[in-house]
Amino acid sequence: MTVRINGTDHDRDPRPGQCLRTFLREQGCFGVKKGCDTGDCGACTVHVDGVPVHSCVYPAFRARGRQVTTIEGLAAPDGLHPVQQRFLDAQGFQCGFCTAGMIMTTAALDDEKLADLPRALKGNLCRCTGYRAIADAIHGAGGVGEPRAGEAVGASTGAPAGPEVVTGTARYTFDLDVPGLLHLKVLRSPHAHARILGIDTAEALAVPGVRAVLTHADAPARLFSTARHENPGEDPADTRVLDDVVRHVGQRVAAVVAETEGAAEEGCRRLRVTYEVLPAVLDPFEALRPGAPLVHGDKGAAGNVAGELHAELGSVADGFAAADVVHEETFRTPRVQHASLETHGAIGWFDERGRLTLRSSTQTPFLTRRALADLYDLPLSEVRVLTGRVGGGFGGKQEMLVEDLVALAVRRTGAPVKLEYTRAEQFTSATTRHPFTVRIRAGARRDGTLTALELHVVTDTGAYGNHGPSVMYHGCHESIAVYRCPAKKVDAYAVYTHTVPSGAFRGYGLGQVSFAVESMLDELARRLGLDPVVLRERNVVCPGEPLAAPGDHADDLLIGSYGLDQCLDVMREAAAAPPGPAAPPGWLVGDGMAIAMIAAGPPGGHLADAAVTLLSDGRYEVAVGTAEFGNGSTTVHTQITADALGTTPDRIVVRQSDTDLVGHDTGAFASTGVVVAGHAVLRAATALRARILALTGGVTLTADAVELPGGALLTLKDLAASSGAPILARGEWTGTPRSVAFNAQWFRIAVDPATGELRILRSVHSADAGRVMNPLQCRGQVEGGVAQALGSALTERMVIDGHGAVTTTGFRQYHLPAFADVPRTEVVFARTEDTIGPLGAKSMSESPYNPVAPALANALRDATGIRFTELPFTPDRIWQRLQG
Amino acid sequence: MDLHTVVEVVSPARVGDWRPGDAWLAGGTALFGAPPAGVTRLLDLGAAGWTPLTPGDDGLEIAATCTVAELAGFTGTAAHTAFHGLAVACCHAFLASFKIWNVATVGGNLCAALPAGPMIALTAALDGWCRILGPAGERRVPVVEFVTGDGTTVLRDGEVLRSVTLPAEALTGLTAYRRGSLFPHGRSAVLLAGRVPAGGGLVLTVTAATPRPHQLRFPAAPGPAELRAAILDAVGDGWFDDVHGLPAWRRHLTLRYAEEIRAELAR
Repeated sequence: MTVRINGTDHDRDPRPGQCLRTFLREQGCFGVKKGCDTGDCGACTVHVDGVPVHSCVYPAFRARGRQVTTIEGLAAPDGLHPVQQRFLDAQGFQCGFCTAGMIMTTAALDDEKLADLPRALKGNLCRCTGYRAIADAIHGAGGVGEPRAGEAVGASTGAPAGPEVVTGTARYTFDLDVPGLLHLKVLRSPHAHARILGIDTAEALAVPGVRAVLTHADAPARLFSTARHENPGEDPADTRVLDDVVRHVGQRVAAVVAETEGAAEEGCRRLRVTYEVLPAVLDPFEALRPGAPLVHGDKGAAGNVAGELHAELGSVADGFAAADVVHEETFRTPRVQHASLETHGAIGWFDERGRLTLRSSTQTPFLTRRALADLYDLPLSEVRVLTGRVGGGFGGKQEMLVEDLVALAVRRTGAPVKLEYTRAEQFTSATTRHPFTVRIRAGARRDGTLTALELHVVTDTGAYGNHGPSVMYHGCHESIAVYRCPAKKVDAYAVYTHTVPSGAFRGYGLGQVSFAVESMLDELARRLGLDPVVLRERNVVCPGEPLAAPGDHADDLLIGSYGLDQCLDVMREAAAAPPGPAAPPGWLVGDGMAIAMIAAGPPGGHLADAAVTLLSDGRYEVAVGTAEFGNGSTTVHTQITADALGTTPDRIVVRQSDTDLVGHDTGAFASTGVVVAGHAVLRAATALRARILALTGGVTLTADAVELPGGALLTLKDLAASSGAPILARGEWTGTPRSVAFNAQWFRIAVDPATGELRILRSVHSADAGRVMNPLQCRGQVEGGVAQALGSALTERMVIDGHGAVTTTGFRQYHLPAFADVPRTEVVFARTEDTIGPLGAKSMSESPYNPVAPALANALRDATGIRFTELPFTPDRIWQRLQG
Repeated sequence: MDLHTVVEVVSPARVGDWRPGDAWLAGGTALFGAPPAGVTRLLDLGAAGWTPLTPGDDGLEIAATCTVAELAGFTGTAAHTAFHGLAVACCHAFLASFKIWNVATVGGNLCAALPAGPMIALTAALDGWCRILGPAGERRVPVVEFVTGDGTTVLRDGEVLRSVTLPAEALTGLTAYRRGSLFPHGRSAVLLAGRVPAGGGLVLTVTAATPRPHQLRFPAAPGPAELRAAILDAVGDGWFDDVHGLPAWRRHLTLRYAEEIRAELAR
């Protein structure tokens, strides 16, 4: 009996316990994705005999004798299925990892289900878009435009990968067939803190198909940090590939490499590990106490502080003395997970000339290459790191979480090796957003002028210090530098505990501190009887003023353009507008707003190289290091290049995120895809234009030709053919100086006092992104940031039990915002042109996230009279507070 | 996900095939989504060809392998007002989407025995009883007693749930339903169903807020105080505590929704 897949019979029998998802992928249907593997996210949706199912929980043997349709077989041979076309026209995706499942689900909706999308789509999770673009796609509302030559910047051009994304042919990290591939599985620690006394590998090695077992005895002694920064000194080197001490539940103990995943798992089960269980500390305040168990005591650490900042600008004592009102409050944010739908993972191999090669789901291929070379004493030329399309990042992939181990396994076995995280491993053994506790004291005069701001900040960096000090520093910078208060003081600690490590996460600490600062300013406004917008206007920095925060911060941050005044105007107009939809009777209604500022790029340098080459067919090729994971920088790079060369985006080909392509690229993090890599692309494209004109004596470039004096045209194809050497130009950008971007969020909410339910009646977001390079895409970034922040503010919370184990290990326990949970947000862009960013643009990827939680908290305060200080605001907690 | 420890599928499986390491396989959504450790064989019930829904004079028999989609689409006997009132609402109470309904089964939901299992709420509220087949023969257990706690049932090794029968007398009459969740289409934190039996009174079934279902039967329509006291007496401090809602909130919503149901059915 055979399975008929997309009209073709397949004779291979599935394995007894195989799910349909992996069976289909083994038959080459790589459009069928693994998001959760538990039936919750819908990325694996296919049709069996025309009925939509989640193929990850569908027994493969039951497909025998049936017809299976995947995204690859949805359309008729002559084009796109109408739903695919709509997702393309509305750009109903960002990273695109969920898109095949969204399309397969939408294609199966009848009119009744189409009329109730919140219910119909509860089995389809998207982490990037915030669902507005998906709703538009389903309703057939387009949005993508096709600009004329030289007019791409500022137009809503579609993502170059769009056609591949909607047809399931975009190739993500694991979407390739590697002959002879071995699979790596990791045995993980059941203890929060233990010394490994011994690992008996005999039984594991005896499992048929097991090729190697790796333990701390096989790992380099060298310490490194999983965090990736241009300057490796930013993060404490406290991590080993495999350690003889485990410092959190879920840490690597040993790895088994085998011919099948099943054999590797069986090998893990047969490892016999002897532990000496050691005392553990799970709370950062406990960890700061004298005598607390030391997380890195074996390395001679005297305490559990990974980084600290103690600094004062002016005198807060004087400031509080001069204040008419002083208020103090403590705010807490929980651990949350990035939940990119593509999990962490990499495939490694030796290429034909023996070079270690890793294809990884990473935001930092070049920095990961550098780390691997350091770790294994290899020259950079002996390591190549590249990515496919990456299925979401959000900061979680600014780490080396798998490549070090895959490299070890490749070097040991000589064979290609894959490590693909399970969804549960994403929660127990990747990184999280840093939990912060912020005690804030603020003083102001009667007119609202701030006199003093004092912050005491404790962040939980978990078992390792990756990003710990930097997140702490960054968190305490723009969040308060946006206010020109004469006295500011910060005491901050990044603290080790025996828990899953924290790491880089969208906003990089700002969201946590802004939650406290913006809540506090709202509280001051209330106590002074002032409009919260007016209070902001009296205190925010203005153009030309310094951006000051206590401590040694890089001095290359400038206000390259200023749209915060416009953002605040939008907040005022939102509050003054007619109330809009009414709340149900008896519900409490309130408004709230908050602002945020973010640096366009990290301090200390962020480098990008780019090259633009004239191809033999007359198109141009951009080579750039930056990865594409839904951030949309590829689209903008295409637009920039098209305009610089006077052509259309469809004549631009982008090759990216491969260490073979360009000299260096720090990576796609810290909101740099447009302002750093884009700058390098602009310089390369501009230089190529000059070079072509110089070579030909041309007057200008048309879409496909050089216009010569007198008006004759030399086609680019002919020019390329006539040139002996490739015609190319390079550009670079070092990421300094840096400008700042602004955001403001306003909500009107209603709360049911009887149940604690919170409904958002209206959501308005204003963003100062400088010149908006691609309105559709930039709006999508804002909407996605707001949606992810609504997750942190309303639904998401990782729970760690009394033994240090994460108990929320799947999407059933950890609730990502679904279609029903995300309201439509009105997005208004300020009209500014930046003097630093390329073509006047600024960053707009992390920052929309940051003002959302405090704006909601302030609306809750307005509605209920209660100051909520701990995220997330779930109905049970709201109800409990309302009981007094 | 792939169940790498499984080496064989027995299809169709029969009672008596079971041995340690075996798992009964209905739709597979629970088994493949959250597999128990060490399963070596799957005993396939899907191939048995059981009729999903069998209406008869004595009630409605729902095969364990009846899918949620089949149940939701069943328009059966018009007189079964109580069933139709509750069935679709309970299907919508699934955290899982309509795509899962196409595969997941009523029996699977009962056997998974999660506090939020909406098929438990439905069949318990309608006085369903379970037909259990085992090596030692057949036995019958009321649904309210079938689930014994969070993830636990009365099933013994080798036993399989064959069907749930909803007796005819429970299929007619008025019902009311309330559900509470932290999120608009999230997992149920409180799921209550009320029913007025033929002779009057009230049957109230409390699920999701407690690790196992509780059923309160009042021969005559209770007043608010009587209802409240009966719930508090039945549940005691057994309010379920997990990430889907604080116990105090679940207790509050249960009492509130129970009163709403009482008032609605008293009209």
